[in-house]
Amino acid sequence: MTEIYQLTLYDLIEKIKSKEISCEEATKSYVDRAKKSQKLNCFIEETFDQALDKAKNQSGKIDTSKKLFGAPFAVKDLFCTKGIQTTASSKMLEGFKPEYESTVTSKLWDEGANLLGKLNCDEYAMGSSNETSYFGNVINPYRNDKDLVPGGSSGGSASAVAAHLTSATVGTDTGGSIRQPASFTGTVGLKPTYGRCSRWGIVAFASSLDQAGPMTKDVRDASLLMEVISGHDNKDSTSAQIKQEVFSQKLTKDIKGLKIGIPKEYKIDGMSKEIIDLWDKGIEIVKSSGCEIKEISLPHTKYALPAYYIIAPAEASSNLARYDGVRYGFRAEGKDLIEMYENTRSLGFGDEVKRRILIGTYVLSSGYYDAYYLKAQKVRRLIKNDFDQAFKSVDTILTPTTPSAAFAIGENVDDPISMYLNDVLTVPVNLAGLPAISIPAGYDQNNLPLGLQLIGKSFDEQTVLNNAYAIEQSINFKPNFKDWWM
Amino acid sequence: MSEKEFDYYLKGEKGEYEVVIGLEVHAQVLSDAKLFSSSATKFGSEPNSQVSLVDAAMPGMLPVINKFCVEQAVKTGLGLNAKINTFSKFDRKNYFYADLPQGYQISQFKHPIVGEGKVILDMPYGTKEVGIERLHLEQDAGKSIHDQDPKNSFVDLNRSGIALMEIVSKPDLRSPGEVGEYIKKLRSIMRYLNTCDGNMEQGSLRADVNVSVRKKGSKEFGTRCEIKNVNSIKFMQQAIDYEARRQIELIEEGNEVDQETRLFDTKKQETRSMRSKEDAHDYRYFPDPDLLPLRLEDSYIEDLKKGLPELPDHKKQRLISEFKLSNYEASVIISDQAVSTYYEEVAKNSDYKLASTWLMGELFATLNKEGKDITESPVSAVNLAKMINLIKDGTISGKIAKTVFEEMIKNDVDPSKIVEDKGLKQTSDPKEIENIVDKVLETNQDKVEQYKSGKDKLFGFFVGQVMKEMKGKGNPQMINDILKNKLK
Amino acid sequence: MTITKDTVKKISKLSRIASNEKFEENMIKDLNAILKFVDQLNEVKIENIEPLASTVEQELIKRDDEVKKMNEKKDILINSPEENDDFYVVPKVIE
Repeated sequence: MTEIYQLTLYDLIEKIKSKEISCEEATKSYVDRAKKSQKLNCFIEETFDQALDKAKNQSGKIDTSKKLFGAPFAVKDLFCTKGIQTTASSKMLEGFKPEYESTVTSKLWDEGANLLGKLNCDEYAMGSSNETSYFGNVINPYRNDKDLVPGGSSGGSASAVAAHLTSATVGTDTGGSIRQPASFTGTVGLKPTYGRCSRWGIVAFASSLDQAGPMTKDVRDASLLMEVISGHDNKDSTSAQIKQEVFSQKLTKDIKGLKIGIPKEYKIDGMSKEIIDLWDKGIEIVKSSGCEIKEISLPHTKYALPAYYIIAPAEASSNLARYDGVRYGFRAEGKDLIEMYENTRSLGFGDEVKRRILIGTYVLSSGYYDAYYLKAQKVRRLIKNDFDQAFKSVDTILTPTTPSAAFAIGENVDDPISMYLNDVLTVPVNLAGLPAISIPAGYDQNNLPLGLQLIGKSFDEQTVLNNAYAIEQSINFKPNFKDWWM
Repeated sequence: MSEKEFDYYLKGEKGEYEVVIGLEVHAQVLSDAKLFSSSATKFGSEPNSQVSLVDAAMPGMLPVINKFCVEQAVKTGLGLNAKINTFSKFDRKNYFYADLPQGYQISQFKHPIVGEGKVILDMPYGTKEVGIERLHLEQDAGKSIHDQDPKNSFVDLNRSGIALMEIVSKPDLRSPGEVGEYIKKLRSIMRYLNTCDGNMEQGSLRADVNVSVRKKGSKEFGTRCEIKNVNSIKFMQQAIDYEARRQIELIEEGNEVDQETRLFDTKKQETRSMRSKEDAHDYRYFPDPDLLPLRLEDSYIEDLKKGLPELPDHKKQRLISEFKLSNYEASVIISDQAVSTYYEEVAKNSDYKLASTWLMGELFATLNKEGKDITESPVSAVNLAKMINLIKDGTISGKIAKTVFEEMIKNDVDPSKIVEDKGLKQTSDPKEIENIVDKVLETNQDKVEQYKSGKDKLFGFFVGQVMKEMKGKGNPQMINDILKNKLK
Repeated sequence: MTITKDTVKKISKLSRIASNEKFEENMIKDLNAILKFVDQLNEVKIENIEPLASTVEQELIKRDDEVKKMNEKKDILINSPEENDDFYVVPKVIE
């Protein structure tokens, strides 16, 4: 028998609207499971009682016009939620309760979703394994002989979706933070075109790269959630003035005639045969769906990660200057203002955040700006040009999402560069501002999930979703973890 | 006209020094809402009552630009005869301070909205052109209050995020006097444009003053010091004088002037090094990723140009040519737009010259005494013009007019009514005057003799006696003429 | 370019992060590794390339000059570490 929590978001809402399941039952199913899943450490803040109260209220007042009516919904703790602790997984913001709600999450509640809690992530979204969180690492429901990381930074979100602790969730993606954890947990993660979703009310990491997006059990859920959270917001100057779309209604697996690019530069040194085989499997599927495969070149791919590790820390060093112990959050003692600042920021931020602030400060400082920051922005232009060129002849680009499957907790923590290399296939997309999705494509020899990434043209999420939907239907990926943590 | 010569050179032991000054004027934009948020900009409100989540730099808050502030900056640029840049960008200037909530100030570094321009000053030694380097838009900071608690400072963010125009001059100024005139000129231009109220007591106009000295005749610039945030012309002038002398002393003792940021202590009247700015010189400017470039259409700039009011320099020339005012009179009248409007209304309806005389004489004295400005004048322009017309047509004498004016201050009514009610009308009947003149000469036979034997000064005595007889209402010109005739 | 102890001290100061011997040692190692990694960019020909700061290609959105109350005074003071009804309170600032 299928448990309620196993249903996709789409099916759950259908059943609630058709009164097969009550809102209360739906919420209770997730709450019960979440309570038994503390070991995974997905939640930083639980709002189970409020969720149950709200669900009770919703039962009997079914509003079929609302797209997410009754859906229990935990969100990444980077979204500010009114009156509910919002920490960005940092000691710096422990206890901080914003007096406002982010645009993206207000859209969820407006459509009838129901907040279950706030999900763990890397501190200020800086990390690829969820190990930089002040609230401890998150554990992947998939494991071999050791506990594995869920990826990051939206690691709590990915684990929570995979382990059925939320019907779906929203994450944020600056360099791969939605797609890489989706890949590590056998879930679907979509990073929309930069500007598609409002950044208002999301704790900023790197403003020119940050983008919120859906993390779901399948592609149809992603398309539904995408149409809810996207749209122009006049409170965000970088928000795209583009009309609202109904992605779920236009979703189709008929992708006949689509031209799909395979970038040769994404076959990086040391990539495992399993990943290459999976990639080939994806290529075969789209071929058999009537797509045309084209080998393409994105010559500056190799330089995306180095450029990213200049641009993102530079923006972060400035974005995180507001955490100074004056107006909110953590404050350490100091004999004067400067000492208070220095102690607060030294004790309030974790090592990875400090590393990035320092590198960001360095690359912007006088004498180094041209050599680092300006150069990185020029390389960013070249990377975008590569994609622009490629998209003249193809509709989407198919690649693996990550160069490896989930790794053991602690495996990469001492070597920042090897940790950064996790994002080598996802980062170019952020630099170019494009939409990209990761979908589960199969398992490696250790039974760990692996993802494929589809990259689309600016604001062409629909084609990306359709393409992903076609592959998903053909692969028919099934989660295969046991509830070992219960 | 003989012009004075520029003479502000400071004497040291080893020669004379020239002082080189450049100003970074911070002018608060007149707007209802802040530059990047919808909070109010009102001065003097309850602390932290005009602070939005954006102004307090809450996590995830984002800036959206106020289009009117952009318009105000463009208008000001046009008023400074400056190049308006159709492409400009916002950068972050990064530094930590308690009243800077974001940890950076949104400013314009590489691409300001306004480029080079110029301002003309009227100095006693002729006109002086001061180059404008640039004008850019930026956010104002909040205020820290240091004197209420021995251990703590208090932060009020009401001012945080109000739009500022930073107007950077070239190092063209050479004396405290020129600095004073420059500030007054900028203020006047911005008041004409209604882009900044120029209220220095409330801090809506303040400046960082860059001062260096060099030997008279030298072409090289010396090392400069920046005196931060001076908020009155008097303090700027005192600070410059002190700072220049300090630098000369250092140089003459064989020491170097350190390029540094200094503070003017208004009580001690001296400048001192600012501790808090010691290591803040690396601002790590970079383009603000929360904002996009600001592009302006040529037609937008043209439209604003067409809508500009007449500015002080132009008005002055016009007053000189149209109303035959002296350079001095015109300068005084145009320095305040409201004064010039008042003047024009009086002049157009009466007499150019008398209008200027009465405005700058009696009316200014009255305003001064009552501590009012021209917009609160107890005498309206309409009634002052009517009064001048009564002088012109001989209804009242200039002397009687002063009495009438006194009455008008108390009660701003049509002066002809005052003349009527108080019976102040002038007697211009030649017969009547002749009779009284005859009577006066008759009773003062001895004086008439003395006058005729050469004591010319007695003429005034006769005029006075006639006036006295006529209770001050005789037409002075006619009394003069008739007396002269009779005494021949 | 290499990051020395002095560089770490300088950028820690600029970033307002307290520094000590151990922190400096760790950061010298990590930051130099990162710099070495990003130095790959030196291989790229960037002559005549316009820097790209944002991928958004639209005009800057502008707001009317209207005062709108977004929040109450208490909403911005409520999370302040030092409780006060009117001000943010910080250790004495020496100017």
